[in-house]
Amino acid sequence: MSILQVENLHFSYGKSLVLKNIHFSLDKNKMVGIIGGNGCGKSTLLKNISGYLKPDSGRILIGNKDIRRFSTKERAQFIAYVPQDMPYDFDFSSYDVVMMGRIPFLKRFEREGKEDEMIVEEAMRITNTWKFRDKNINELSGGERQRVYIARALAQRPKILLMDEPVSHLDIKYQIEILSLARELALKGMLVIAVLHDINLASQFCHDLFIMKEGRIMDYGPAIKVLKPNNIKSAFSVDVKLLHNPVTNSPYVVADLEERKGFDVI
Amino acid sequence: MKRSIYFVIAILLLFLSLLISISVGAVNIPLQEIVATFTGGGDETHRTIILNLRLPRVISSAVVGMGLSVAGTFFQALLRNPMADPYVLGISSGAALGATLAIILGFGLISLSFMAFFLALVVVVFVYLVAKTGSRISINTMLLAGIAISSLISAIISLLMLLNHEELTKIYFWTMGGFNLTNWQKVIYSSPIIIISTLIMYVFSRDLNAILTGEEIAEHLGVNTELVKRTILILASLVTATCVSIGGVIGFVGLIVPHISRLIIGPDNRVLVPFSALTGAIFLNLADTLARVILRPAEIPIGIITAAFGGPFFLYLLVKNKRKIKGM
Repeated sequence: MSILQVENLHFSYGKSLVLKNIHFSLDKNKMVGIIGGNGCGKSTLLKNISGYLKPDSGRILIGNKDIRRFSTKERAQFIAYVPQDMPYDFDFSSYDVVMMGRIPFLKRFEREGKEDEMIVEEAMRITNTWKFRDKNINELSGGERQRVYIARALAQRPKILLMDEPVSHLDIKYQIEILSLARELALKGMLVIAVLHDINLASQFCHDLFIMKEGRIMDYGPAIKVLKPNNIKSAFSVDVKLLHNPVTNSPYVVADLEERKGFDVI
Repeated sequence: MKRSIYFVIAILLLFLSLLISISVGAVNIPLQEIVATFTGGGDETHRTIILNLRLPRVISSAVVGMGLSVAGTFFQALLRNPMADPYVLGISSGAALGATLAIILGFGLISLSFMAFFLALVVVVFVYLVAKTGSRISINTMLLAGIAISSLISAIISLLMLLNHEELTKIYFWTMGGFNLTNWQKVIYSSPIIIISTLIMYVFSRDLNAILTGEEIAEHLGVNTELVKRTILILASLVTATCVSIGGVIGFVGLIVPHISRLIIGPDNRVLVPFSALTGAIFLNLADTLARVILRPAEIPIGIITAAFGGPFFLYLLVKNKRKIKGM
Protein backbone atom coordinates (compact mmCIF):
# COMPACT_ATOMS: atom_id res chain seq x y z
CA MET A 1 0.00 0.00 0.00
CA SER A 2 1.37 3.42 -0.86
CA ILE A 3 1.59 5.82 2.00
CA LEU A 4 1.42 8.86 -0.24
CA GLN A 5 -0.60 9.24 -3.43
CA VAL A 6 -0.78 12.42 -5.45
CA GLU A 7 -3.43 12.45 -8.14
CA ASN A 8 -3.67 14.96 -11.01
CA LEU A 9 -2.49 17.82 -8.83
CA HIS A 10 -2.66 21.38 -10.14
CA PHE A 11 -1.62 24.39 -8.14
CA SER A 12 -1.30 28.09 -8.91
CA TYR A 13 -0.16 31.21 -7.11
CA GLY A 14 -2.72 33.72 -8.26
CA LYS A 15 -2.84 33.42 -12.03
CA SER A 16 0.41 31.60 -12.69
CA LEU A 17 0.13 27.84 -12.76
CA VAL A 18 3.03 26.46 -10.72
CA LEU A 19 2.29 22.74 -10.60
CA LYS A 20 0.80 20.97 -13.57
CA ASN A 21 -0.77 17.56 -13.46
CA ILE A 22 1.46 16.00 -10.83
CA HIS A 23 0.72 12.34 -10.43
CA PHE A 24 2.62 9.73 -8.45
CA SER A 25 2.44 7.40 -5.52
CA LEU A 26 5.17 6.52 -3.04
CA ASP A 27 5.73 3.83 -0.50
CA LYS A 28 7.47 4.04 2.86
CA ASN A 29 11.06 2.95 3.45
CA LYS A 30 12.23 5.28 0.76
CA MET A 31 14.29 8.40 0.43
CA VAL A 32 13.16 10.41 -2.54
CA GLY A 33 14.91 13.49 -3.88
CA ILE A 34 13.27 16.26 -5.88
CA ILE A 35 15.64 18.10 -8.21
CA GLY A 36 15.13 20.74 -10.85
CA GLY A 37 16.07 24.28 -11.76
CA ASN A 38 15.14 27.36 -9.74
CA GLY A 39 11.44 28.11 -9.80
CA CYS A 40 10.40 24.74 -11.21
CA GLY A 41 7.98 24.18 -8.34
CA LYS A 42 9.98 21.84 -6.08
CA SER A 43 9.26 23.59 -2.80
CA THR A 44 5.69 24.29 -3.86
CA LEU A 45 5.14 20.58 -4.44
CA LEU A 46 6.55 19.85 -0.99
CA LYS A 47 4.19 22.35 0.63
CA ASN A 48 1.24 20.88 -1.22
CA ILE A 49 2.11 17.46 0.10
CA SER A 50 2.43 18.84 3.61
CA GLY A 51 -1.04 20.35 3.34
CA TYR A 52 0.22 23.90 3.90
CA LEU A 53 -0.79 24.92 0.39
CA LYS A 54 -4.15 23.86 -1.02
CA PRO A 55 -4.16 22.51 -4.60
CA ASP A 56 -6.51 23.99 -7.21
CA SER A 57 -7.52 20.54 -8.34
CA GLY A 58 -6.50 16.96 -7.86
CA ARG A 59 -6.02 15.29 -4.54
CA ILE A 60 -3.45 13.99 -2.12
CA LEU A 61 -3.99 10.81 -0.15
CA ILE A 62 -2.06 10.00 2.99
CA GLY A 63 -2.43 6.30 3.69
CA ASN A 64 -5.58 6.24 1.52
CA LYS A 65 -7.22 9.16 3.34
CA ASP A 66 -7.73 12.47 1.55
CA ILE A 67 -5.50 15.13 3.12
CA ARG A 68 -8.42 17.56 3.20
CA ARG A 69 -10.15 15.30 5.67
CA PHE A 70 -7.35 15.74 8.20
CA SER A 71 -7.39 18.65 10.64
CA THR A 72 -4.20 20.76 10.81
CA LYS A 73 -3.36 18.92 13.99
CA GLU A 74 -3.96 15.40 12.66
CA ARG A 75 -1.90 16.23 9.60
CA ALA A 76 1.02 17.18 11.84
CA GLN A 77 0.86 13.72 13.43
CA PHE A 78 1.59 12.13 10.05
CA ILE A 79 3.72 14.61 8.20
CA ALA A 80 6.69 16.58 9.51
CA TYR A 81 8.36 19.38 7.62
CA VAL A 82 11.91 20.63 7.97
CA PRO A 83 12.22 24.17 6.63
CA GLN A 84 15.15 25.80 4.92
CA ASP A 85 17.44 27.39 7.45
CA MET A 86 16.53 30.98 8.13
CA PRO A 87 17.64 33.60 10.65
CA TYR A 88 16.10 33.10 14.09
CA ASP A 89 15.55 36.07 16.32
CA PHE A 90 14.11 34.46 19.40
CA ASP A 91 15.95 32.62 22.11
CA PHE A 92 14.21 29.38 22.86
CA SER A 93 16.56 26.61 23.92
CA SER A 94 17.11 23.73 21.51
CA TYR A 95 15.19 21.51 23.88
CA ASP A 96 12.18 23.84 23.87
CA VAL A 97 12.25 23.93 20.08
CA VAL A 98 12.30 20.14 19.80
CA MET A 99 9.53 19.90 22.40
CA MET A 100 7.36 21.95 20.04
CA GLY A 101 7.26 18.82 17.91
CA ARG A 102 4.89 17.39 20.52
CA ILE A 103 2.30 20.15 20.01
CA PRO A 104 0.16 18.04 17.63
CA PHE A 105 -0.24 15.38 20.31
CA LEU A 106 -1.16 17.60 23.24
CA LYS A 107 -4.61 18.78 24.15
CA ARG A 108 -5.05 22.52 24.62
CA PHE A 109 -4.36 22.57 28.37
CA GLU A 110 -2.32 19.41 28.58
CA ARG A 111 1.25 19.73 29.79
CA GLU A 112 4.11 17.78 28.28
CA GLY A 113 4.45 14.48 30.12
CA LYS A 114 7.12 11.85 30.73
CA GLU A 115 6.42 10.19 27.40
CA ASP A 116 6.92 13.46 25.51
CA GLU A 117 10.18 14.03 27.35
CA MET A 118 11.36 10.55 26.38
CA ILE A 119 10.43 11.07 22.74
CA VAL A 120 12.23 14.42 22.67
CA GLU A 121 15.34 12.97 24.24
CA GLU A 122 15.35 10.11 21.76
CA ALA A 123 14.91 12.49 18.82
CA MET A 124 17.76 14.64 20.09
CA ARG A 125 20.06 11.70 20.62
CA ILE A 126 19.40 10.33 17.14
CA THR A 127 20.25 13.70 15.62
CA ASN A 128 23.22 14.17 17.92
CA THR A 129 21.79 17.39 19.38
CA TRP A 130 21.26 16.26 22.96
CA LYS A 131 24.59 17.76 24.03
CA PHE A 132 23.42 21.30 23.28
CA ARG A 133 19.87 20.93 24.51
CA ASP A 134 20.22 23.93 26.85
CA LYS A 135 21.83 26.19 24.28
CA ASN A 136 19.77 28.87 22.63
CA ILE A 137 18.81 28.09 19.09
CA ASN A 138 20.43 31.30 17.82
CA GLU A 139 23.79 30.38 19.34
CA LEU A 140 24.06 27.27 17.17
CA SER A 141 25.81 26.95 13.83
CA GLY A 142 23.74 26.38 10.70
CA GLY A 143 24.39 22.64 10.71
CA GLU A 144 23.58 22.25 14.38
CA ARG A 145 20.39 24.24 13.99
CA GLN A 146 19.30 22.18 11.02
CA ARG A 147 19.76 19.05 13.12
CA VAL A 148 17.64 20.56 15.88
CA TYR A 149 14.89 21.14 13.34
CA ILE A 150 15.17 17.56 12.17
CA ALA A 151 14.95 16.48 15.81
CA ARG A 152 11.76 18.50 16.16
CA ALA A 153 10.36 16.81 13.06
CA LEU A 154 11.28 13.40 14.56
CA ALA A 155 9.54 14.32 17.80
CA GLN A 156 6.37 14.44 15.71
CA ARG A 157 6.88 10.70 15.07
CA PRO A 158 5.92 11.24 11.43
CA LYS A 159 5.25 8.67 8.73
CA ILE A 160 6.34 11.16 6.10
CA LEU A 161 9.29 13.51 6.53
CA LEU A 162 9.57 16.43 4.14
CA MET A 163 12.78 18.45 3.89
CA ASP A 164 13.12 21.64 1.92
CA GLU A 165 16.75 22.08 0.88
CA PRO A 166 18.04 20.68 4.16
CA VAL A 167 21.74 21.00 3.29
CA SER A 168 21.95 23.89 0.85
CA HIS A 169 24.31 26.12 2.77
CA LEU A 170 26.06 23.64 4.98
CA ASP A 171 29.59 22.41 4.67
CA ILE A 172 30.31 18.89 3.47
CA LYS A 173 30.52 17.33 6.92
CA TYR A 174 26.98 18.37 7.77
CA GLN A 175 25.70 17.61 4.29
CA ILE A 176 26.83 14.03 4.63
CA GLU A 177 25.72 13.76 8.25
CA ILE A 178 22.21 15.07 7.59
CA LEU A 179 21.57 13.17 4.39
CA SER A 180 22.89 9.92 5.89
CA LEU A 181 20.54 10.45 8.79
CA ALA A 182 17.63 11.07 6.43
CA ARG A 183 18.44 7.90 4.53
CA GLU A 184 18.67 5.92 7.75
CA LEU A 185 15.26 7.20 8.82
CA ALA A 186 13.84 6.10 5.50
CA LEU A 187 15.29 2.63 5.98
CA LYS A 188 13.71 2.51 9.44
CA GLY A 189 10.25 2.92 7.92
CA MET A 190 9.63 6.53 6.97
CA LEU A 191 9.02 8.06 3.62
CA VAL A 192 11.54 10.88 3.29
CA ILE A 193 11.14 13.45 0.53
CA ALA A 194 13.86 16.07 0.20
CA VAL A 195 14.19 18.99 -2.18
CA LEU A 196 17.87 19.09 -3.09
CA HIS A 197 19.94 21.59 -5.04
CA ASP A 198 22.99 19.44 -5.46
CA ILE A 199 22.37 16.77 -8.09
CA ASN A 200 25.35 14.72 -6.99
CA LEU A 201 24.25 14.61 -3.37
CA ALA A 202 20.79 13.62 -4.57
CA SER A 203 22.32 10.92 -6.75
CA GLN A 204 24.37 9.51 -3.88
CA PHE A 205 21.80 9.51 -1.10
CA CYS A 206 18.34 9.09 -2.63
CA HIS A 207 16.75 5.82 -3.61
CA ASP A 208 14.69 7.55 -6.25
CA LEU A 209 14.66 10.96 -7.86
CA PHE A 210 12.01 13.24 -9.27
CA ILE A 211 13.31 15.63 -11.87
CA MET A 212 11.04 18.62 -12.35
CA LYS A 213 10.72 21.25 -15.03
CA GLU A 214 8.22 24.11 -15.25
CA GLY A 215 5.83 22.59 -12.77
CA ARG A 216 5.81 19.10 -14.23
CA ILE A 217 7.54 15.92 -13.25
CA MET A 218 9.81 15.14 -16.19
CA ASP A 219 11.10 11.82 -15.04
CA TYR A 220 11.04 9.62 -11.98
CA GLY A 221 13.12 6.64 -10.90
CA PRO A 222 16.51 5.63 -9.58
CA ALA A 223 19.34 8.08 -10.24
CA ILE A 224 20.84 5.86 -12.87
CA LYS A 225 17.65 6.12 -14.92
CA VAL A 226 16.82 9.77 -14.29
CA LEU A 227 20.23 11.40 -14.49
CA LYS A 228 20.74 11.41 -18.25
CA PRO A 229 22.50 14.24 -20.08
CA ASN A 230 19.37 15.07 -22.07
CA ASN A 231 17.16 15.14 -18.91
CA ILE A 232 19.61 17.47 -17.19
CA LYS A 233 19.98 19.59 -20.30
CA SER A 234 16.24 19.97 -20.44
CA ALA A 235 15.69 20.67 -16.73
CA PHE A 236 18.68 22.91 -16.03
CA SER A 237 19.53 24.17 -19.55
CA VAL A 238 23.13 23.11 -19.23
CA ASP A 239 25.32 20.55 -20.92
CA VAL A 240 26.90 18.05 -18.58
CA LYS A 241 28.85 14.87 -18.73
CA LEU A 242 28.10 11.90 -16.55
CA LEU A 243 30.70 9.76 -14.81
CA HIS A 244 30.15 6.64 -12.82
CA ASN A 245 30.60 7.03 -9.08
CA PRO A 246 32.04 3.63 -8.09
CA VAL A 247 31.44 4.12 -4.36
CA THR A 248 27.68 4.52 -4.49
CA ASN A 249 27.19 3.03 -7.95
CA SER A 250 25.33 6.12 -9.05
CA PRO A 251 25.88 8.69 -11.80
CA TYR A 252 28.14 11.63 -11.09
CA VAL A 253 27.49 14.88 -12.93
CA VAL A 254 30.40 17.03 -14.08
CA ALA A 255 30.52 20.21 -16.14
CA ASP A 256 31.09 19.75 -19.85
CA LEU A 257 34.23 21.84 -20.26
CA GLU A 258 34.31 21.34 -24.04
CA GLU A 259 31.40 23.78 -24.23
CA ARG A 260 33.49 26.58 -22.76
CA LYS A 261 36.41 26.34 -25.19
CA GLY A 262 35.32 29.12 -27.47
CA PHE A 263 34.96 31.51 -24.54
CA ASP A 264 37.56 34.25 -24.27
CA VAL A 265 38.40 35.45 -20.79
CA ILE A 266 40.09 38.64 -21.79
CA MET B 1 11.99 26.18 40.36
CA LYS B 2 13.76 29.43 39.61
CA ARG B 3 10.72 30.67 37.75
CA SER B 4 8.35 30.18 40.65
CA ILE B 5 10.64 32.29 42.85
CA TYR B 6 10.32 35.15 40.37
CA PHE B 7 6.57 34.80 40.49
CA VAL B 8 6.48 34.84 44.28
CA ILE B 9 8.67 37.94 44.33
CA ALA B 10 6.50 39.65 41.71
CA ILE B 11 3.29 38.91 43.62
CA LEU B 12 4.81 40.25 46.86
CA LEU B 13 6.02 43.37 45.07
CA LEU B 14 2.59 43.93 43.56
CA PHE B 15 1.00 43.66 46.97
CA LEU B 16 3.55 46.07 48.42
CA SER B 17 3.14 48.60 45.65
CA LEU B 18 -0.66 48.51 45.94
CA LEU B 19 -0.31 49.15 49.65
CA ILE B 20 2.10 52.05 49.15
CA SER B 21 -0.06 53.67 46.52
CA ILE B 22 -3.13 53.48 48.74
CA SER B 23 -1.14 54.97 51.57
CA VAL B 24 0.61 57.94 49.97
CA GLY B 25 -0.84 60.93 48.18
CA ALA B 26 -2.04 64.45 48.92
CA VAL B 27 -2.88 63.05 52.36
CA ASN B 28 -0.75 60.25 53.75
CA ILE B 29 -2.68 57.46 55.37
CA PRO B 30 -0.88 55.22 57.84
CA LEU B 31 -0.95 51.45 57.44
CA GLN B 32 -3.14 50.76 60.47
CA GLU B 33 -5.81 53.09 59.05
CA ILE B 34 -5.78 51.14 55.77
CA VAL B 35 -6.14 47.87 57.62
CA ALA B 36 -8.93 49.38 59.73
CA THR B 37 -10.79 50.55 56.60
CA PHE B 38 -10.69 47.13 55.05
CA THR B 39 -11.84 45.46 58.24
CA GLY B 40 -14.81 47.80 58.44
CA GLY B 41 -13.67 50.46 60.91
CA GLY B 42 -11.38 53.44 60.80
CA ASP B 43 -11.60 57.17 60.51
CA GLU B 44 -14.46 58.41 58.27
CA THR B 45 -12.34 60.84 56.18
CA HIS B 46 -9.63 58.27 55.59
CA ARG B 47 -12.27 55.76 54.72
CA THR B 48 -13.77 58.05 52.07
CA ILE B 49 -10.37 58.84 50.59
CA ILE B 50 -9.41 55.19 50.42
CA LEU B 51 -12.65 53.75 49.09
CA ASN B 52 -13.79 56.52 46.77
CA LEU B 53 -10.55 58.07 45.54
CA ARG B 54 -7.50 55.90 46.04
CA LEU B 55 -8.88 52.42 45.49
CA PRO B 56 -10.48 52.93 42.06
CA ARG B 57 -7.35 54.70 40.95
CA VAL B 58 -4.96 52.09 42.31
CA ILE B 59 -6.97 49.31 40.74
CA SER B 60 -7.27 50.96 37.37
CA SER B 61 -3.56 51.80 37.17
CA ALA B 62 -2.71 48.19 38.00
CA VAL B 63 -5.26 46.75 35.58
CA VAL B 64 -4.25 49.10 32.76
CA GLY B 65 -0.57 48.33 33.42
CA MET B 66 -1.38 44.67 33.19
CA GLY B 67 -3.50 45.11 30.06
CA LEU B 68 -0.93 47.19 28.17
CA SER B 69 1.91 44.83 29.07
CA VAL B 70 -0.02 41.74 28.06
CA ALA B 71 -1.17 43.38 24.82
CA GLY B 72 2.44 44.44 24.12
CA THR B 73 3.72 40.92 24.78
CA PHE B 74 1.17 39.48 22.38
CA PHE B 75 1.74 42.10 19.69
CA GLN B 76 5.50 41.56 19.83
CA ALA B 77 5.08 37.81 19.48
CA LEU B 78 2.37 37.98 16.86
CA LEU B 79 4.12 40.56 14.68
CA ARG B 80 7.50 38.99 15.41
CA ASN B 81 8.81 42.47 15.91
CA PRO B 82 10.59 43.65 19.05
CA MET B 83 9.61 47.26 18.29
CA ALA B 84 5.92 46.43 18.45
CA ASP B 85 3.82 47.83 21.27
CA PRO B 86 0.05 47.91 21.88
CA TYR B 87 -0.25 51.08 19.79
CA VAL B 88 1.55 49.73 16.75
CA LEU B 89 -1.58 49.24 14.67
CA GLY B 90 -2.77 52.79 15.17
CA ILE B 91 -5.05 52.02 18.11
CA SER B 92 -3.73 54.97 20.11
CA SER B 93 -4.31 57.43 17.30
CA GLY B 94 -7.87 56.21 16.90
CA ALA B 95 -8.44 56.60 20.62
CA ALA B 96 -6.84 60.03 20.66
CA LEU B 97 -9.09 61.17 17.83
CA GLY B 98 -12.12 59.88 19.70
CA ALA B 99 -11.07 61.72 22.85
CA THR B 100 -10.29 64.90 20.94
CA LEU B 101 -13.70 64.90 19.30
CA ALA B 102 -15.38 64.19 22.63
CA ILE B 103 -13.53 67.07 24.32
CA ILE B 104 -14.36 69.49 21.52
CA LEU B 105 -17.99 68.46 21.53
CA GLY B 106 -18.06 68.84 25.31
CA PHE B 107 -18.96 65.26 26.14
CA GLY B 108 -18.89 63.85 29.67
CA LEU B 109 -16.24 61.52 31.04
CA ILE B 110 -17.92 58.23 30.22
CA SER B 111 -18.89 59.33 26.71
CA LEU B 112 -15.29 60.40 26.20
CA SER B 113 -14.03 56.97 27.20
CA PHE B 114 -16.56 55.37 24.94
CA MET B 115 -15.62 57.57 21.96
CA ALA B 116 -11.93 56.75 22.47
CA PHE B 117 -12.70 53.06 22.74
CA PHE B 118 -14.95 53.06 19.69
CA LEU B 119 -12.60 54.93 17.33
CA ALA B 120 -9.66 52.80 18.50
CA LEU B 121 -11.51 49.72 17.36
CA VAL B 122 -12.59 51.34 14.08
CA VAL B 123 -8.93 51.95 13.26
CA VAL B 124 -7.94 48.36 14.02
CA VAL B 125 -10.75 46.96 11.91
CA PHE B 126 -9.69 49.23 9.06
CA VAL B 127 -6.03 48.15 9.32
CA TYR B 128 -7.11 44.54 9.49
CA LEU B 129 -9.24 44.84 6.36
CA VAL B 130 -6.42 46.51 4.46
CA ALA B 131 -4.00 43.70 5.41
CA LYS B 132 -6.38 40.86 4.68
CA THR B 133 -5.70 39.02 1.43
CA GLY B 134 -8.04 36.12 0.89
CA SER B 135 -8.12 34.14 4.10
CA ARG B 136 -4.69 35.24 5.29
CA ILE B 137 -3.48 38.39 7.02
CA SER B 138 -0.19 39.92 5.96
CA ILE B 139 1.73 41.04 9.02
CA ASN B 140 3.89 43.55 7.15
CA THR B 141 0.96 45.19 5.41
CA MET B 142 -0.73 45.46 8.77
CA LEU B 143 2.26 47.21 10.33
CA LEU B 144 2.58 49.62 7.43
CA ALA B 145 -1.16 50.32 7.30
CA GLY B 146 -1.01 51.04 11.04
CA ILE B 147 1.76 53.60 10.53
CA ALA B 148 -0.05 55.19 7.60
CA ILE B 149 -3.36 55.59 9.38
CA SER B 150 -1.62 56.86 12.53
CA SER B 151 0.02 59.70 10.66
CA LEU B 152 -3.21 60.57 8.88
CA ILE B 153 -5.07 60.72 12.18
CA SER B 154 -2.29 62.73 13.87
CA ALA B 155 -2.70 65.28 11.12
CA ILE B 156 -6.44 65.46 11.74
CA ILE B 157 -5.91 65.80 15.50
CA SER B 158 -3.36 68.60 15.04
CA LEU B 159 -5.83 70.42 12.81
CA LEU B 160 -8.63 69.97 15.32
CA MET B 161 -6.38 71.27 18.11
CA LEU B 162 -5.44 74.27 16.01
CA LEU B 163 -9.07 75.08 15.37
CA ASN B 164 -10.02 74.66 19.03
CA HIS B 165 -7.40 76.62 20.98
CA GLU B 166 -9.32 76.72 24.21
CA GLU B 167 -9.36 72.92 24.55
CA LEU B 168 -5.68 72.52 23.71
CA THR B 169 -4.45 71.79 27.24
CA LYS B 170 -7.23 69.35 27.90
CA ILE B 171 -6.54 67.38 24.74
CA TYR B 172 -2.81 67.49 25.37
CA PHE B 173 -3.20 66.18 28.90
CA TRP B 174 -5.47 63.41 27.75
CA THR B 175 -2.97 62.19 25.21
CA MET B 176 -0.23 62.17 27.86
CA GLY B 177 -2.33 59.75 29.85
CA GLY B 178 -3.21 59.61 33.52
CA PHE B 179 -5.62 58.27 36.09
CA ASN B 180 -6.69 61.51 37.72
CA LEU B 181 -10.20 61.17 36.28
CA THR B 182 -10.73 57.55 37.28
CA ASN B 183 -13.83 56.47 39.13
CA TRP B 184 -15.47 53.18 40.09
CA GLN B 185 -17.66 53.25 36.98
CA LYS B 186 -14.59 53.06 34.74
CA VAL B 187 -13.02 50.32 36.84
CA ILE B 188 -16.18 48.24 36.65
CA TYR B 189 -16.56 48.36 32.89
CA SER B 190 -12.89 48.07 32.00
CA SER B 191 -11.50 45.43 34.35
CA PRO B 192 -13.66 42.51 33.16
CA ILE B 193 -12.87 43.23 29.49
CA ILE B 194 -9.14 43.37 30.16
CA ILE B 195 -9.01 40.35 32.46
CA ILE B 196 -11.26 38.06 30.43
CA SER B 197 -9.54 38.90 27.12
CA THR B 198 -6.17 38.23 28.73
CA LEU B 199 -7.33 34.83 29.94
CA ILE B 200 -8.65 33.87 26.51
CA MET B 201 -5.41 34.96 24.82
CA TYR B 202 -3.42 32.99 27.37
CA VAL B 203 -5.05 29.82 26.07
CA PHE B 204 -3.10 30.31 22.83
CA SER B 205 0.29 30.92 24.38
CA ARG B 206 1.81 27.58 23.39
CA ASP B 207 0.61 28.04 19.81
CA LEU B 208 2.14 31.48 19.89
CA ASN B 209 5.49 29.98 20.86
CA ALA B 210 5.39 27.94 17.68
CA ILE B 211 4.32 30.97 15.63
CA LEU B 212 7.36 32.82 16.97
CA THR B 213 9.56 30.30 15.19
CA GLY B 214 7.76 31.03 11.90
CA GLU B 215 4.14 30.93 10.77
CA GLU B 216 4.71 28.26 8.18
CA ILE B 217 6.53 26.10 10.69
CA ALA B 218 3.75 26.53 13.23
CA GLU B 219 1.21 25.43 10.64
CA HIS B 220 3.29 22.32 10.04
CA LEU B 221 3.19 21.64 13.76
CA GLY B 222 -0.57 21.51 13.65
CA VAL B 223 -1.24 25.07 14.80
CA ASN B 224 -4.18 26.82 13.20
CA THR B 225 -2.16 30.00 12.74
CA GLU B 226 -4.87 32.11 11.15
CA LEU B 227 -7.27 31.40 14.00
CA VAL B 228 -4.61 32.20 16.59
CA LYS B 229 -3.55 35.39 14.80
CA ARG B 230 -7.09 36.62 14.38
CA THR B 231 -8.14 35.88 17.96
CA ILE B 232 -5.09 37.52 19.46
CA LEU B 233 -5.30 40.48 17.15
CA ILE B 234 -8.90 41.12 18.09
CA LEU B 235 -8.50 40.59 21.82
CA ALA B 236 -5.18 42.45 22.18
CA SER B 237 -6.76 45.37 20.34
CA LEU B 238 -9.80 45.20 22.58
CA VAL B 239 -7.58 45.24 25.66
CA THR B 240 -5.55 48.16 24.35
CA ALA B 241 -8.63 50.16 23.38
CA THR B 242 -10.08 49.59 26.84
CA CYS B 243 -6.84 50.64 28.54
CA VAL B 244 -6.54 53.76 26.44
CA SER B 245 -10.15 54.68 27.02
CA ILE B 246 -9.62 54.93 30.78
CA GLY B 247 -5.97 55.91 31.11
CA GLY B 248 -5.21 57.82 27.93
CA VAL B 249 -2.25 57.02 25.71
CA ILE B 250 0.31 55.92 28.27
CA GLY B 251 3.49 55.23 26.40
CA PHE B 252 6.36 52.86 27.01
CA VAL B 253 4.67 50.37 29.36
CA GLY B 254 3.53 48.08 26.58
CA LEU B 255 6.93 48.26 24.89
CA ILE B 256 9.41 47.81 27.71
CA VAL B 257 7.58 45.74 30.30
CA PRO B 258 7.34 42.77 27.90
CA HIS B 259 11.05 43.11 27.11
CA ILE B 260 12.05 43.39 30.75
CA SER B 261 9.89 40.38 31.59
CA ARG B 262 11.37 38.42 28.71
CA LEU B 263 14.89 39.18 29.93
CA ILE B 264 13.99 37.94 33.38
CA ILE B 265 11.85 34.90 32.68
CA GLY B 266 12.55 33.86 29.08
CA PRO B 267 10.55 33.78 25.84
CA ASP B 268 8.07 30.98 26.64
CA ASN B 269 4.70 32.73 26.41
CA ARG B 270 3.09 30.33 28.84
CA VAL B 271 5.24 31.85 31.59
CA LEU B 272 5.96 35.21 30.02
CA VAL B 273 2.35 36.35 29.70
CA PRO B 274 1.38 35.98 33.37
CA PHE B 275 4.74 37.39 34.41
CA SER B 276 4.48 40.50 32.30
CA ALA B 277 0.92 40.93 33.53
CA LEU B 278 2.30 41.14 37.06
CA THR B 279 5.28 43.34 36.17
CA GLY B 280 3.07 45.67 34.16
CA ALA B 281 0.66 46.07 37.05
CA ILE B 282 3.51 46.86 39.46
CA PHE B 283 5.23 49.23 37.04
CA LEU B 284 2.20 51.35 36.19
CA ASN B 285 0.92 51.35 39.74
CA LEU B 286 4.23 52.71 41.02
CA ALA B 287 4.42 55.17 38.13
CA ASP B 288 0.98 56.51 38.98
CA THR B 289 1.94 56.85 42.63
CA LEU B 290 4.99 58.88 41.64
CA ALA B 291 2.85 60.99 39.32
CA ARG B 292 0.67 61.86 42.29
CA VAL B 293 3.38 62.61 44.83
CA ILE B 294 6.37 64.15 43.06
CA LEU B 295 4.85 67.62 42.72
CA ARG B 296 2.29 67.16 45.47
CA PRO B 297 -0.47 68.41 45.53
CA ALA B 298 -0.17 68.94 41.75
CA GLU B 299 -0.01 65.91 39.46
CA ILE B 300 2.19 65.27 36.48
CA PRO B 301 1.04 63.19 33.51
CA ILE B 302 1.93 59.56 34.02
CA GLY B 303 3.44 59.32 30.51
CA ILE B 304 6.32 61.51 31.70
CA ILE B 305 7.05 59.12 34.55
CA THR B 306 6.87 55.95 32.47
CA ALA B 307 9.23 57.40 29.89
CA ALA B 308 11.59 59.04 32.37
CA PHE B 309 12.03 55.94 34.52
CA GLY B 310 11.30 53.21 32.03
CA GLY B 311 13.66 54.47 29.33
CA PRO B 312 16.89 54.60 31.33
CA PHE B 313 16.07 51.37 33.17
CA PHE B 314 15.51 49.61 29.89
CA LEU B 315 18.77 51.02 28.48
CA TYR B 316 20.55 49.69 31.55
CA LEU B 317 19.08 46.24 30.97
CA LEU B 318 20.00 46.36 27.28
CA VAL B 319 23.61 47.14 28.06
CA LYS B 320 23.74 44.54 30.82
CA ASN B 321 22.25 41.86 28.58
CA LYS B 322 23.90 42.89 25.35
CA ARG B 323 24.74 39.33 24.57
CA LYS B 324 21.43 37.89 25.67
CA ILE B 325 18.96 40.13 23.90
CA LYS B 326 18.79 39.39 20.23
CA GLY B 327 15.52 40.96 19.32
CA MET B 328 13.34 38.76 21.44
